[in-house]
Amino acid sequence: MREFVRRRRNQLEVAHRVALLIGAGCLLLAGACGSPGLELDPNLGGDATRSDVSRNSFSLPAPNLTNDERRIFEVGDSFFTQNWVTAPASTEARDGLGPIFNAQACASCHVLDGRGDLPDPTGDETRLGLLLRISIPGTDPVTGGPLPDPVYGDQLQDRSVIGVPAEGTLTVTYAYIVGTYGDGTEYELRTPTYEVTNPAFGPLPDDVLTSPRLAPQVIGVGLLEAIPAESILAGADPDDADGDGISGRANMVWNARTGTQTLGRFGWKANVATAEQQAAGAFLGDIGITSVLHPEENCTTVQQDCLASPHGGSPEITDSRLAAVAIYLRTLAVPAMRGADTAVVREGAKLFADFGCASCHTTTHKTGSSDLMSLSNQTIHPYTDLLLHDMVPGLADNRQDFLAGGSEWRTPPLWGIGLADDIQGYRFLLHDGRARTLEEAILWHGGEGTASREAFRNADAEARSQLIAFLEAL
Amino acid sequence: MVSSRSGGRRTEVFAEVPDGPLKAADLLHRPHLVNNLTYAYYAKMLGNNPNHRFAIRSISILIVLTMTVAACGDDSSVDEAMLEDAVATYAAGVHSAYQTSLFSAQAMDAAIDAFLDSPTQATLDAARQAWLVARVDYGPTEVFRFYGGPIDDEEIGTEGLINAWPLDEAYIDYVEGDSGAGIINDPGTYPEITADLLVELNEQGGEANVSTGWHAIEFLLWGQDLISDGAGDRPVEDYTTAQNADRRAAYLQVVTDQLIAHLQELVDAWAPGRNNYRAGFEAMASTDALRLAFTGIGEMSRGELAGERMSVAYLERSQEDEHSCFSDNTHVDIIANARGVEMVLLGSYPGAVSGTGLLDVIAAADEELASQLRSEIAVSINAASAIPAPFDQHLRDGVSDNDPGRQAVLTTIEALETQTDTIVAGADALGIAIEVS
Repeated sequence: MREFVRRRRNQLEVAHRVALLIGAGCLLLAGACGSPGLELDPNLGGDATRSDVSRNSFSLPAPNLTNDERRIFEVGDSFFTQNWVTAPASTEARDGLGPIFNAQACASCHVLDGRGDLPDPTGDETRLGLLLRISIPGTDPVTGGPLPDPVYGDQLQDRSVIGVPAEGTLTVTYAYIVGTYGDGTEYELRTPTYEVTNPAFGPLPDDVLTSPRLAPQVIGVGLLEAIPAESILAGADPDDADGDGISGRANMVWNARTGTQTLGRFGWKANVATAEQQAAGAFLGDIGITSVLHPEENCTTVQQDCLASPHGGSPEITDSRLAAVAIYLRTLAVPAMRGADTAVVREGAKLFADFGCASCHTTTHKTGSSDLMSLSNQTIHPYTDLLLHDMVPGLADNRQDFLAGGSEWRTPPLWGIGLADDIQGYRFLLHDGRARTLEEAILWHGGEGTASREAFRNADAEARSQLIAFLEAL
Repeated sequence: MVSSRSGGRRTEVFAEVPDGPLKAADLLHRPHLVNNLTYAYYAKMLGNNPNHRFAIRSISILIVLTMTVAACGDDSSVDEAMLEDAVATYAAGVHSAYQTSLFSAQAMDAAIDAFLDSPTQATLDAARQAWLVARVDYGPTEVFRFYGGPIDDEEIGTEGLINAWPLDEAYIDYVEGDSGAGIINDPGTYPEITADLLVELNEQGGEANVSTGWHAIEFLLWGQDLISDGAGDRPVEDYTTAQNADRRAAYLQVVTDQLIAHLQELVDAWAPGRNNYRAGFEAMASTDALRLAFTGIGEMSRGELAGERMSVAYLERSQEDEHSCFSDNTHVDIIANARGVEMVLLGSYPGAVSGTGLLDVIAAADEELASQLRSEIAVSINAASAIPAPFDQHLRDGVSDNDPGRQAVLTTIEALETQTDTIVAGADALGIAIEVS
């Protein structure tokens, strides 16, 4: 039944898009080229752009890799995509799953290198992609990051190998609230409530801090990493000195490679410094795979079965394979815009700027030099400033993550957002996937995003649809 | 750029739609006519079938592309009828290739039944032999992946259940270093091994976390490959006197039955004359359908075969990081995958389906390019065939890159990479833009 509902929804969405495309096509035929609105560069990732519009759109290497780089990309792809298995196994390069984990492969949540799915509300079926970070008040004395819970650690692992208990189950329920656009049209938002059911080691402490995080799409990561830190910091305005209502703060986070605090770029709170460290953190936290950066299994001292379980080597993913996964993530191409020269998309882009969305979803950056030629000195359009912004009150998780406060989130890049549901058949937005549509995602913006949200909410239906058409073209 | 189809002809053939299913014989002898008929026949059903997200999307792309073509006035030099023949041949070929794979898998099923009825070394050897034969037929069908068809549709695809790799051995049975591992040796948690249990465990995982498919069967027949220069050698006693022998037999029986069922679903999804995936496929614009076919062989050629299956093993030197590590049959898998690319290009499929292949349509657009691709395919097949067995010997630490075995692996990787560029160029010559890894 669920499948049918989803398919039905897909069909409707596709039908909607067909109508949109036909509209765009007609305008094209009518000679609307050179139409009003903003001129757009369809190559969002510079030379690392692909024009593919298939289900593989997020999964292709940048087109200008060398042959050797592409082979390393394939090694990384393999260790990102294939399942990890219980140790010991014949495929010793790939054993060491868990003992507790959320998924068996990166690609289980980043399906086709895209976004995560949400838990099945009926509980009949596990769908992967949302996890729960856990901590207790205070900061870790070494890293300055969140302080792990002594019993459950820093993340709820809801699955395990045979013979080891999983930590519990994350359940989500939604309350629905109705709002209205300026023109009186109603819309509905859903507010999630999270609960850990069947906790294996007793209830979580009363003062536990939690933060749900949805797996993001992983395209263009290397380009974001290649933006010089000073360019990102130049966009920061922590005290809103220019008085535009938008602050923008940089997160400074623990860099396990340098042993210092450096600019955070990745993760929903910009809480990770590099693609490699994001991958290594997820290997341990999500799959239970140790690496040179995280050599200890993810078992707390009370989790004796977990500690006693066989492991798959020290570390379980070798340095060269971790490096290959980082190269893979860094060189995944960005899909080109579709319909960048159509009137509706150009008008939408203009509204995106007029509404102030581009104040945080910064249109254009230039990358610096990179060890990968394909990422060097590119003009890119990720639609993010990689900075933290206050989204109070609706989106607050009330959990500090390095410098990121309880209601601050990093501006997520928007490239590829229009393809996500085509590729995966679902598209949940915001840090916990509560938004089911682009409209809902916009309507959830608070704090620094309030003025932009209100501009959208009070726009007429045609303008709203133009803005959405622009986002769908990204 | 694609050529636009005549809307009038579509309407015309609609009237000729037969009431019953089309006959296979029609397809073999009059593929072009039948393709028109099948299009119309299936087009009738498309409207109320919820299973054609991809087809609908492709049609939407067609609409836009057609508009663009109309605006630009560009056209392919290849006759539309020939493109339709190629689509019809491909669809019939996919069906026939899956049917052929199902037949040999059924023969394997029978051999496994015979082994489980009377477990001896002779019946075990016969079951292993049947598995090896069946793999030869399955391998070529893997070029039907990579475009979200029935095999790997995000929601209903069964690839992860049919060909799950790497295998989570310790989730199934004992392994070296953990004699009590696996579902088989855990009757307390899993009192009975049934199809329902494996389906239920899989649903709980939300992905193919229950170890099923070809390599599960391989593991249960051969056991772990603990001999550095030979295949696994699971004792017959595992199915007679060893602990949990009955549960091991039950597991083998269940996963074999499941494999057969999944292959049958693929045969059905591509069967002619039904309201199925093939109906939607044949209803697409011919260039859209061919784009999928090209994507499948392009992705298999480089990203999957040269890349994931060979380069990764070659570069990482992990001896059992190979697809059929229990039986040491990886060299055959590689040739079978390469043959899959060849069969789509030549339009010549198992089960005596043959017709207009992708090479024929490329040749119609660019004779020289087609002839280049023809010879490159021959080179890669020859290179793959020249890799000395077993494959895992070339992955060992300490084997020099100058070793003839490693050189043969690298030569094959390079040949596959080279032909991929030509496959992409061939599609491009038809105005079909594909992007592959």
